[in-house]
Formats: sequence, structure tokens, C-alpha cells
Amino acid sequence: MDKIVAQYSRSAHQNEFYSEQEQQDLTESLPPLSLKFALPPVDNSSAFLRAMTDDHANPSCPIKLAHGTTTLAFRFQGGIIVCTDSRATAGNWIASQTVKKVIPVSRLSRGEDKATNDPTPGLLGTMAGGAADCQYWLRYLSQQCTLHEIRHKRRITVAAASKILANLTYAYKGYGLSMGTMLAGVTPQEGPALYYIDSDGTRLPGNLFCVGSGQTFAYGVLDANYRYDLSEQEALDLGRRAILAAMHRDAYSGGFINCYHVKEEGWVHHGFDDMNPIFWKTKLDRGEFSNVTSEL
Amino acid sequence: MASLMDHQARGETIGYSFSEHTAAGVKQHGFYPYTDNGGSTLGITGSDFAILAGDTRSTSGYNINSRMVPKVFKIGGDDETGEGANILLSVVGFAADGNALKERLDAVVKMYKYQHGKPMSVSACAQRLSTILYQKRFFPYYVHAILAGLDEEGKGALYSYDPVGSYEREQCRAAGAAASLIMPFLDNQVNFKNQYIPGSGEGHALEAKKPEPLPQETVKALVRDAFTSAVERHIEVGDNLQMMIITKDGIQEVYHPLKKD
Repeated sequence: MDKIVAQYSRSAHQNEFYSEQEQQDLTESLPPLSLKFALPPVDNSSAFLRAMTDDHANPSCPIKLAHGTTTLAFRFQGGIIVCTDSRATAGNWIASQTVKKVIPVSRLSRGEDKATNDPTPGLLGTMAGGAADCQYWLRYLSQQCTLHEIRHKRRITVAAASKILANLTYAYKGYGLSMGTMLAGVTPQEGPALYYIDSDGTRLPGNLFCVGSGQTFAYGVLDANYRYDLSEQEALDLGRRAILAAMHRDAYSGGFINCYHVKEEGWVHHGFDDMNPIFWKTKLDRGEFSNVTSEL
Repeated sequence: MASLMDHQARGETIGYSFSEHTAAGVKQHGFYPYTDNGGSTLGITGSDFAILAGDTRSTSGYNINSRMVPKVFKIGGDDETGEGANILLSVVGFAADGNALKERLDAVVKMYKYQHGKPMSVSACAQRLSTILYQKRFFPYYVHAILAGLDEEGKGALYSYDPVGSYEREQCRAAGAAASLIMPFLDNQVNFKNQYIPGSGEGHALEAKKPEPLPQETVKALVRDAFTSAVERHIEVGDNLQMMIITKDGIQEVYHPLKKD
């Protein structure tokens, strides 16, 4: 009887506004970087998502998400070099030419880049695929790494951090996430370590990776000129040159060349430079890109 | 009886909507919860101010539903007057999703103020908006949002978002239907893209013009020019231009008429 009374004494619209739980979420002092996501009220939510957002399968989809990239990272005797382009595309539209595709992961380096040349402790993550997926999940990873640091009183290893991310992407397999990310860091336990993680749940350790639509072009340059005993300057130049090659041949890559060096004390930023003057300098001073004419 | 059968058969060939109930079992109907309400928004920052602007037309398909639906909102202020707000949000795309997003962010910013006894910083609000958008990663808000305010140093701050919450701080950004018309103009006039210093060299040695923060009057003129030009070439943009200017003295809201055709 009580049940029946309860059932019919509810007002018809009591679920219209914010639920108790939602109100609680709003009043929480910390933004909930949570694993709770709204799902559309349909049978197959990933098919719905694909119909609405996948411009590859459906060029006239209503919601265009930012995509497309060339990123690379490689280990050498002086640590790890991480280089990216800076273009984000939504269909054929260039949504941005100034994306920061290298994302610092760790409590100590959450903020914007400082002007100093001092190394900042922590890991670096790269962004390829869905921009929002990479930003959000690397932010989530940052939070987990900070918690690890507080609980265990030491910095997380790159192996452990990459596994948190890989387990996460594996759990969301089939939901339509799109990310290909590299985690780079130097820890006392591992030395310089580099991992590749993607939205299929793949997690690979390695010496050299290129990720994104321009990866093949970058591999071409990198494989031809890579040696483990490269000097720091040579390594940075090689990274930039590989990105430049990809920007030149891949329409989905372009903008600025973003370069980082990860070493024992932490990472150092080595510039966010417009590709155009670098391209002409490479062509005119070093005689490369001879397929392009320099006549005005 | 024969005539009944006959009728049904014909019904199928003509294809009335009510004749499709023949399929047995569970049927998934089309689920299309979005409408594009058109319009465009635009934000530009300066050294001590930020401007967010949008047109006020609301369309669906080729119909103009209203000529006065503002797209730029004050966040964290009084509900009627908007007093006490220090953050601006513009949303373009599906107006219902945009409104829901605005309400949500407004509630979050207000709760933050009550709990911490100080207004939310723009950078914190920017990251919170990103997580709010991402909470609906699998059922996105159909909106392009732009957030504006003043940062900790008093400089103009502008953040732009994609529908699922990737964000970036920028000097200027256009969003919505006429983004592809306005953004190239902004690249050239605000970031001085493809502008060179005359006489600085010959051919490839020509030096590029460096971008610098623009004065407020120049930016206002750019915003007006951007919209009057967009109205000439885009059917979903028009009626009125709503402009909000945020400085250390508060938020000023102005309207300009645009063409009504």
C-alpha cells in the first residue's frame, strides 16, 4: 500500500530539474573529473555518437570535432625529444593553428609554460586524435599522478602512469574515444622512458614513435637520420625537420613546430615556432625541398 | 475483405507514414535531438579588456524564428540585472543546449562564490567549462562556446571550445555559421597574418608584422565590420549585433542594428 501511495504521490515533473545527485555535484568544491558521463536515450549510443560526430563516415555530420596531427617522440643519449605540429581540423576547416599538443602531466607542471629555462619536473603527454579526449584524459591522468605522489611520497613511474591511461582507454573501448598519445618522462627507477597508448587500449614501450595523420612522413625523415648517440642540438633539429616534412606533405598538419626536451631534472621547452620561415630557411640555406620553386 | 487487402497493398506502395507498422519486434526510431539555430559569435581581447559579440537572429532551416535571441551571457551575476558578474559566455549552435550549458556554468560559478567567498577566476572557470562539456562526451552539447573575462594580471582573456570541451586560450576567435567568413578576416586584422613590414627586405627576406594588443575602439570597429560583412554573405546572420565589453570597471552591453533581410 505504501508503495502504491509513494508511486502516485510523486509529482509528475519532479525529475525535470537538477536531481539530488546533480545538485550535490554542483556544490562539490572540486570540479569532478569523474567517470560519469551522460548517455543518449537510445539502444546503441556509440552508433548515435558516430552519426552525429564522425565526419569520416558521414561528411555532413552536425557536430565536427577537432582532429588531425603529426606528433613524434624519440629516446636518445641525452633523454627524450618530443615534437608536434599545432594544427586542429574539423572536416576541411582548420579550427586552429595554435594548438598546444604537448601536455604536461603532473602536479608540479600543471600551469602554463613559465619563461624560465629551468627544467620542470614531471611527464609529458602528446595529443593526437580527438583534442578533447586527449586534454580531458591527460588532465585525469595528472590528477591520478598527483594522488599517487601524495600516497606513495614519490613520483609515479612512466610505466605506471601509462598503464593507468591504457586501462582507462581499454575500459572505454567501443565507446568512440579517439586518441593516440605518447607519454615521456625520466624517472630514477626507469631512466628515460617512452610509451605509446591509444584509444584501442594499446600500450607499447619503445625508442621512437610518430603518431597521427602525418606519422608516415615523419617516420621517413626520422628513420633515415636517427642515431642513439645524437647530440642534444642534433636531436632537436632532427625532430623539427621530421615535423616540417610532415607539415609539408600532410594537409592535416601545419602551423607551428612545438619542441620539448625531457631530461633527468625534468622537461625544457624549446620553442613554438612558425613553420613558414623555418621551411624557407631549410630550402634556401640547405637546398632541401627542391621540388618547391623559390621564384616569386 | 478483398477491398481491405487491396487497400493495404496500395498503402504500402504509396508509403504513408502510418503504413509502416507491419515490421514485427523492437524497432529503433530515428533519434535526432539537435537543431542548428544558426547565428555567429566573435571574441577579441586587448591588453585590459575583452569583447564578446554575437548576432541576435535565431533560425531553423530557412525560417527566421526570432530577431532578438541574445547569444552572449553574463556568468555568475544576478539573474535579472547580471550585476556582479565577471565572466562572459557566448554559445552558438543549438540554442537549447546553449541555454542549458549557460545555466549549468552559472550555477557552478555561483556555488563557487558562496563556498569560497571570492569570485571564480577566469582560468578556473575555463577548465570547469571544459569538464562540463566533456561530461556529455557521448551525447554532446551541440554548441561552440567562447568564454571571456580578465585574467589575474588584468589582461583580457579569451577561451574557445569545441562541442566536447577541448579548449585553448586565444587572442581572437569566431564561431558559428559565419566563422569561416569572419575568422580569416580576424587572422589578418588582429594577428596580422600575411602582413609584412614595407621596406624591411626583398622577397623572402621581407619581415612579418608582429601582432600586438589593439586599442578598444579599434577592436569595436573590427567587430562591427566583421558582422556587417558576414550579414552580406550569410543568410543565418543578421537583425542585431549584441556586444559585451568587459573591463576592470565592469561589463558594458551595447546593441547595434544589422540588416533585417
